[in-house]
Amino acid sequence: MTFNIDKIREDFPILQRTINGNRLTYLDSAASSQKPIQVIDYIRNFQIRDYANVHRGLHFLSNASTEAFEGAREKVKNFLNANKVEEIVFTMGATDAINLVAYSYAEPNLIKDDEIILSTLEHHSNIVPWNFLRERKGINIKWVDSDNNGNISVESVRNLVTKKTKIIAITQMSNVLGSIIPLKEIIQFAHSKEILVLVDGCQGIAHQETDIRDLDCDFYVFSGHKLYGPTGVGVLYAKYELLDKMRPWRGGGEMIKEVSKDSISYGNPPYKFEAGTPNIVQVVGLGEAIDYFTERNKEDIFQHEHNISEYAHESLSNMKAIKLYGDKNISSPIISFSVEGSHPHDIATVIDNYGVAIRAGHHCAQPLMNFLGVTSTARASIGMYTSKEDIDNLIISLEKAIKIFN
Amino acid sequence: MTVPTLEEIISDIEFLDNWEDRYKYIIDLGKTSPPLEDSLKNDQNKVHGCASQVWFVKETKERNGETILYFKGDSDAFIVKGIAIILFSLFSGKSPHDILEIDPNKELSRLNLERNLTMQRSNGLFSMIKKIKEDAQIFINC
Repeated sequence: MTFNIDKIREDFPILQRTINGNRLTYLDSAASSQKPIQVIDYIRNFQIRDYANVHRGLHFLSNASTEAFEGAREKVKNFLNANKVEEIVFTMGATDAINLVAYSYAEPNLIKDDEIILSTLEHHSNIVPWNFLRERKGINIKWVDSDNNGNISVESVRNLVTKKTKIIAITQMSNVLGSIIPLKEIIQFAHSKEILVLVDGCQGIAHQETDIRDLDCDFYVFSGHKLYGPTGVGVLYAKYELLDKMRPWRGGGEMIKEVSKDSISYGNPPYKFEAGTPNIVQVVGLGEAIDYFTERNKEDIFQHEHNISEYAHESLSNMKAIKLYGDKNISSPIISFSVEGSHPHDIATVIDNYGVAIRAGHHCAQPLMNFLGVTSTARASIGMYTSKEDIDNLIISLEKAIKIFN
Repeated sequence: MTVPTLEEIISDIEFLDNWEDRYKYIIDLGKTSPPLEDSLKNDQNKVHGCASQVWFVKETKERNGETILYFKGDSDAFIVKGIAIILFSLFSGKSPHDILEIDPNKELSRLNLERNLTMQRSNGLFSMIKKIKEDAQIFINC
């Protein structure tokens, strides 16, 4: 299937909407992506035709539902190129998945004064769970700063590592600057020091080739709703030998082998981490989103996004009042900027009237905001459905907003 | 603490027939209103639930044996500050009892402002109204 932006846009019904009398220009995909009709229809039809609880019943529908659910796990496994389907745990989201690793792996395995390295680029969801651990266990968090362009070098990670370093938790792509991290090198180095690496793939998964076996990270998390799937579902990938040794997370149905009044034995991964009835509908919806994505050919999607990103960076750079953050040499699909003399919040509010949706704020990355010396930025983010016209609308609306403020 | 009255704001906005001009008016309101002293821009006075930084201070005066509340504040975003000024015009200089009686949605709808100025939870309007009402409630409970 060749990549045709007009056809892609037709697949996303919300893009046909008008907002405040204007064509919708949706540039907030880094917060959440819109959903193609294929995913929306699939979720609807699944509930009309095949829905029942999974793993429990012997009846026809329970089987159909379980097949779809486990089929989605297989799709995620293939999408990430993981070794085994048992390495894929469904969670409520990426935040949930990081909390799971902090509780189930890190808490029993780390002792007081052990160290976890985080980068200043991290989203709060890759900070707060580790802070909980700091409070509970007395571990230390060390921060690896980026350079002024938002890039992180292997060297800067290497300089922080000590014998007490046990985990490096780092983003694949900054949700503010779009920086791409030299993950493979960091992971290779970490493993040479017996340090485990967790990768937050929330942004990276949708914009760059992700091959878990090639990366060789120990944990990888992402959320479904940023990959054109539904909210309420995320994925934890972990190497099987780690998952196997990790203690269960939440207790409940489906995650056990035997329960007696005095003792309980737990099931095998991934089920021992999926207590209770899972988010069945969301999980199968994510499976369909992955199908939608792969059928349109990842390389073509990434190439299209790259072209649009370049166009956006170029157009914004030509505006005198705009300051761009991050590496000028990388055309990232996540673009942070500010407008001279106006607060990002004001800019976002004004251009909303022209139907342009961007994000303004600290983007749940306050350590990075402090590092950049700002309290907030405006952020335009690109998805597979973003067109040149979207970028043109952004530029025109920004020009109009600047006039209003002056 | 001289802020325009709500009636003055309404009569100003009434003649503005496009949204750009209404926005310019709000922005000007934000730009021209006196800033809050830096010492008051502290964590204690910060309103949470806003995408921009908002500070908000309450003062009390006695009038004929009755407590009257005054509000002032600031934001690093002009639109947010402009909206805050409108809120102060609505609530400032009133007794706790009167403040609790005010239906802010009804009053703000008289301004005929765009929905994204008055309906957004993230611009802090909800948080500010909630805080003003809570402050007034404290006096009623005393």
